[in-house]
Formats: sequence, C-alpha cells, structure tokens
Amino acid sequence: MDWRTADRRPQFPKVWNMSWNKKHLLDIESLTVEEINTVLDTARGFKAVGERAIKKVPALRGKTVINLFVEPSTRTRISFELAAQRLSADLVNFGVEASSFKKGETLKDTARNLEALNADMIIIRHSASGAPHFLSRVLNASVINAGDGAHEHPTQALLDLFTIREKKGRIAGLNVTILGDILYSRVARSNIWALTKLGAKVTLCGPATLVPKMFERMGCRVTYNVEEAIRDADIINLLRIQHERQRKAMFPSIGEYTQMFGLNKARLEKTRPDALIMHPGPINRGVEIDSEIADCSRSVILEQVTNGLAVRMAVLYLVNGGKNP
Amino acid sequence: MPEATVILTAVLIQRALTRIAHEIAERNENAAEVVLVGIPLLGDHLATRLGKILSEIWGEPVPVGVLDVTLHRDDLDQRSAPEVHATDITFDISGKTVVLVDDVLYTGRTIRAAMDALNDFGRPRKIQLAVLIDRGHRELPIKADFVGKNVPTAHGERIALMLTETGVKEDEVVLVKKKI
Repeated sequence: MDWRTADRRPQFPKVWNMSWNKKHLLDIESLTVEEINTVLDTARGFKAVGERAIKKVPALRGKTVINLFVEPSTRTRISFELAAQRLSADLVNFGVEASSFKKGETLKDTARNLEALNADMIIIRHSASGAPHFLSRVLNASVINAGDGAHEHPTQALLDLFTIREKKGRIAGLNVTILGDILYSRVARSNIWALTKLGAKVTLCGPATLVPKMFERMGCRVTYNVEEAIRDADIINLLRIQHERQRKAMFPSIGEYTQMFGLNKARLEKTRPDALIMHPGPINRGVEIDSEIADCSRSVILEQVTNGLAVRMAVLYLVNGGKNP
Repeated sequence: MPEATVILTAVLIQRALTRIAHEIAERNENAAEVVLVGIPLLGDHLATRLGKILSEIWGEPVPVGVLDVTLHRDDLDQRSAPEVHATDITFDISGKTVVLVDDVLYTGRTIRAAMDALNDFGRPRKIQLAVLIDRGHRELPIKADFVGKNVPTAHGERIALMLTETGVKEDEVVLVKKKI
C-alpha cells in the first residue's frame, strides 16, 4: 500500500512539499533552487488572483507592511504597495523625503521606530549595500530587500525568472544575455545568481568599463562584441544606463553607447526569431533600446511589470509564514 | 509502521459517487442552475467525476470548477505558508446552486474558507456541500448535504484518499491508526 506517498492532503503539513521557511528575503545568493522554485510556483497562483474581478484575498489581513524607500523609486514601490493591498495588509509609505532622515535620524532608529508601531514587514530600498541585512539583525519584523545599492534586487530577478519560465517553459539550458551597465546594477547581480542557480547560461556584454572580467567568477561569460553576445540568446535582458550611480564617465557619450551596444532593428534581425527582449525599466528609448523594438511583439517588458506584482505577492505571503531567522 | 484499514475500495468509491450524483439530481430540480466546484488537492478530481455522472443523468453538461481556499484559511499565522494552487472558475456562479466538493470533511475550516472565497466570484443562490468521507470532529457549525460514507475517527488518526488521477494504480480510502 502506498498511502504515504500518495497522501498530500492539506490536514497533514508534514507531508507537504513547500520549501520556504525564511522570515526575510534579503538576496538571491542565499536562496536554494527549491526556495526559488517555491516563489515562482506560488506566484502563479497570485497571478490568477490579479486577473479576477475581485483582486483581493484575505491572506495578510491585519498585517502592517511598511515601504521604507530611502532611495527614490516609483515602480517597485507601487508594485509592493499593490501587492500588500491585494493581500489585505495595511501599508504605509515612508520615503526619502521623510523628515526623520532630513533631521539626521539613523536607519536603525528609523526602522526601530517603525517596528514600535507594530510593523510586521518592512520593505526596504537603500543606496547602501547590505542595509536590509543589517535591518534583519536589529528588527523582529520580516525584512524584504527592494534593492540595496549595487548589491541585489531579489524580487526583480524572481519576476524575470517567472517571465522567462512562463514564456519558455523552462530556465535550465537557456542562453540569457544581459546587456548594458552590469557593474552598477543590482538587477544584474541578482539575475546572475538566480539564472546560474537554475542552470541557464549567462552572457554579459557592455562597455569594458561597465562589464569587468571579474564577473566570470560568478559563472558567466563576458564578451564585448554585442552581435556575438546576442546571436544565440534565447533571452536578451537590457539594463538601463544608470547615470545616477556613475561617479565619473564610464564611456565617452550616450550616443556612442547607443551606437556600440544599443539594441536596434539591424542587430535584432541577427538574433534567434524567438528570442525575447526584457528590460527592468524604466527604459531609455533611443539609448539602450530602439523605440520601435521596445513595442514589438518580442518585447515582454510590460508582462514583466504584471508578473512583478504576482511575484511580490508571493514573497509577502511566504515570508509571513517564515519563522526562522 | 502504523496500522492501516481499507475503508472504501475502488468499486465502493464509484458507487458512493454515483449515489451522491443521484442525490444532487434529486435535490436540485433545475439542472441548469447547478455548478460543481471542487477543492484541491483531491476534491477537484471528485468534482470532475461527479460532473461526468451528473451530465449523464441530466443529459446536459454540468460546469465544473476548481477553487483554491489557501489564501482564505484562518491558520496562516500559525504555520509556514501553505502551497497555493490554481483556481479555475470560468463560469458565473451568481444565482446558481454551487455544490462544493471535497474529499474529507473534518473540522469544517476548509469549507468556511471555501464559502468565503466563493464570495469573490459572485453571489450563489445556494451553496451545498458534497464530501466523500465525513470523519466528524467539527469545530464550526457546518454540515454536509451529501456524504459518501460516515467514518468515526479519533483525532490522531488520518484518512488517506488515493485517486488514479494522482498517479496511483487504484482508487482507495484508508484509515491510518494512531502510532502507539
């Protein structure tokens, strides 16, 4: 009799196959393959919630979530905001303009004040790498990294994986090319960790000043020839040139970057016909991507936004159940 | 190894489902108003089977949907987050008689969550409940309208339902006794 293997009924949590017991989401680097897949599987259910007439479920009813965005952001903040609201949590936005930062309060004190208001989860974006890790050590609340410096942006990588898996049916074995400013990009780092963990082959391309060879140590291929980089790609992930993060000029001019590395029609014609174009946004039309291409059928940029909401709902839902430090 | 007793064999499961289908048909005169909604992981398979039998009885197709109740559970704070399954209700349930289908009725909390979740899809005229096994120990004032078999159980025991849809060779319901 094989009742033990066949029985997967909800009354018996011990036979369940859910691989998530983390209280925080701090980075992709420390996640296992099973944990990443759990987020992606869970997000599928939440995407369906967003397609209903009533887009709200009571899973986090009574929970207080704080969006602590110490660095400006619109789309990630709104995505987390909607995610929390669709799970019936109460959410407060706390922005960089907030007076406490202007008055010189430290991050730790700000966060502990927010926790004193009984916040259950704190979503943090900060210009300093490791700020979420630091908060997770001083707070009892769950901490979710919404981007820390040039370190990681885990939910962006998870939504990129979700989009790839949905479109291609798999991740292992795919050729993924990340093109643009890798050095200053937390999106690139999180994506590299996530993609290599799941067995994709990652190629990085861009100006040598922004794509140092040291990234080969993360298991990627580095090339400076854009045509060669995108020729066999299943996925072309374009990153924005981040003017605000560059302390000095890393390439001669925007015009030259566009000419050397921008994705245009001529370059796209030499790629696989089923290669998908992704971009974490906001896009600079006419810089890293031709306006025409951003709107073409191979671009999944807007689907990434839709999927981002589902993935963030899944993350909030999962960390709520996580208990361990 | 804990002791396991067979409660229902494949033949008896099929017989119980056929009887439940006839009872649903008897209770609901207007076939066009009845829809079936199963609760994963096994209720959705039972709903599909019931739908097939009912369609034969009535001579017209009966809509069958799947409703995941995970996000409406009342114990999400007391455990690690349970798996979220797909919900698939492609028809309008407003004004219909919704027959919820689940495998085992125990505390009644799943059914409470299901009734809550159904509200997001419309306002049914009636909700009825069909279960293959009623094992007692209700913690909420909930009662099944259609029951395959009543099985008296103790709290530590568990009921394991196996259906061929999940990859096992033969349908079966077993009662697994408490470990001593």
